[in-house]
Amino acid sequence: MKLGALLRIALRSLATNKLRSALTMLGIIIGVAAVIVMIAVGQGAQARVAEQIRALGSNLLLILSGARTQGGVRLSVGSTYTITEDDAYAINREIPEAVAAPALRGGAQVIWGNSNWATQIYGTTPEYLEVREWPLADGRAFEPAEMSGAGKVCIVGQTVVKQLFGGADPLGQVIRIKRVPFTVVGVLSTKGQSMMGTDQDDIIIVPIGTARNRVLGRANIAAQRSVSVIWVKAAEGYDTKRVEDEVRALLRQRHRLQQGADDDFSLRNLADIMAAQEASSRVLALLLAAVASVSLVVGGIGIMNIMLVSVTERTREIGLRMAVGARTRDILGQFLVEAVTLSLIGGLVGVLLGVGASVGIANVAGWNIVLSGRSILLAVAFAVVTGVFFGFYPARKAARLNPVEALRYE
Amino acid sequence: MPDALLQTRHLVKVYRVGDNAIRALDDVSVEIACGEFVAVMGPSGSGKSTFMNLLGCLDRSTSGEYLLAGRRVSELGGDELAEVRNRNIGFVFQSFNLLPRTSALENVELPLVYAGVAAQERHTRAQGMLARVGLGERAHHQPAQLSGGQQQRVAIARALVTQPVLILADEPTGALDSRTSLEIMALLQDLNASGMTVVVVTHEPDVAHFARRVLRFLDGRLVGDAAP
Repeated sequence: MKLGALLRIALRSLATNKLRSALTMLGIIIGVAAVIVMIAVGQGAQARVAEQIRALGSNLLLILSGARTQGGVRLSVGSTYTITEDDAYAINREIPEAVAAPALRGGAQVIWGNSNWATQIYGTTPEYLEVREWPLADGRAFEPAEMSGAGKVCIVGQTVVKQLFGGADPLGQVIRIKRVPFTVVGVLSTKGQSMMGTDQDDIIIVPIGTARNRVLGRANIAAQRSVSVIWVKAAEGYDTKRVEDEVRALLRQRHRLQQGADDDFSLRNLADIMAAQEASSRVLALLLAAVASVSLVVGGIGIMNIMLVSVTERTREIGLRMAVGARTRDILGQFLVEAVTLSLIGGLVGVLLGVGASVGIANVAGWNIVLSGRSILLAVAFAVVTGVFFGFYPARKAARLNPVEALRYE
Repeated sequence: MPDALLQTRHLVKVYRVGDNAIRALDDVSVEIACGEFVAVMGPSGSGKSTFMNLLGCLDRSTSGEYLLAGRRVSELGGDELAEVRNRNIGFVFQSFNLLPRTSALENVELPLVYAGVAAQERHTRAQGMLARVGLGERAHHQPAQLSGGQQQRVAIARALVTQPVLILADEPTGALDSRTSLEIMALLQDLNASGMTVVVVTHEPDVAHFARRVLRFLDGRLVGDAAP
């Protein structure tokens, strides 16, 4: 018997019990939709992490002032200032495969004309842009004279452009940071959110010397040239791990730490942290898909249940079909096609629902989602396999009926 | 008998119910020639239905031989039996056994579907067969829209559509009133007159009168073979 004929029989039988067919499909619909949404959300989270790794720049090391023990009291990371600008310059000088940028961080109210905006002030060197792989959208970086002479120039991020200048061209404009006038010489390109969700574009970069003397200078900074953080990038093609070891050795030597003494700085390998986060997001995505596929299996059991009922209900019909010449495989095919039709239609409706729900989640919750053709195909294929798997037993039961008994069945 | 259409030799059918073996059919040997009109009679439990199921290749005998159109049917497998039922035998049942919510035409087409006949030819042949049983106008009615007699005519058209050598009717008038019964029997008689071999299982003597030969069963044995 041809597939087309079997399909017609299946569709007619399903159309006879529309509500029942629809309810049976519901299990598959929900299962497929759940699989698609979960994969979309999972892959979206993964893509976001990957995006953040790209945005942060891979092979990044972060040096923070370390935990230090003072008179037996152990102070937390960053509570004291143990790293200096000179550490950064030493790294640049002594480790050719690393680029380091020292930075002082602080917040300040910024004024331009009538508008003002509270933003992050970053005192650093031109190497910072290279380390962060953060090109300028417009203008130029700081010049050596501006670095050495504490020039009052700054580079602004995109959020600042939007909030402070309201979209006007900021190049050449003079803004006031804590009453000190700065000329805008450059505009950063868009960087997006950081791993922690903060807006990285809400920033103004100034030469580190200017920041220390004019903007962020604090009386209680013990060492005059201490900084909050040093960003280090391992040059392309070099092992970040090896660079990390070299940097640690250099800093320990510069800080005159004894063999066996704790580091007085904290060296963090961002790529490692990110990789761990990516791995966990992948596990999460896998877990979500696994949970979703459980609902698909439950839907399959629903199909089996209804197909068993259908076979019992139509015992006489099966007997008659056998009497007029249906072979075992014809009956098997008929009920198998019916089960697969149920699951396939359910699967296709589930795809629509799943794609719709994914887009809805993206719009309403603002989550990052990734809809891939492969995941949709996978969900539909899984639904069909479910139909075959759970349809086979009822179909075989039908095909094995004894025609005499089937014809006499009440 | 050279032109015997079907021939049974020492046919035995034993059913097992729990520990008991019931001999539903006990050593039945009979020959039916082409073009005969045979009635099978007997009280319930006499084995006539079992005999019918064996003749119709719906069931297999425990022992003995059954030859249909020269073919040793008792040795065939399930799918081969399905093919024999499809090609050589037309069934008419007491309760019509039409597919519900399916037009008369499609009901008649059903055996042709399993025979692998193309759609166009199926329609033509089914339509022709419905016309022959006097229902050419009702081809697109569903069983629920037809009277009992009309439904049985559809069933007869379905039995005839593959041009079988044998029509097996199991209590074909059991669910019909007496007037409609006469019409259906007249139709079967008409088919027989045109050369079709017809075997009717019945317990009504009136119905048996249409036949030219009556096989009587009792307790699984063939006890009578005579004209009505």
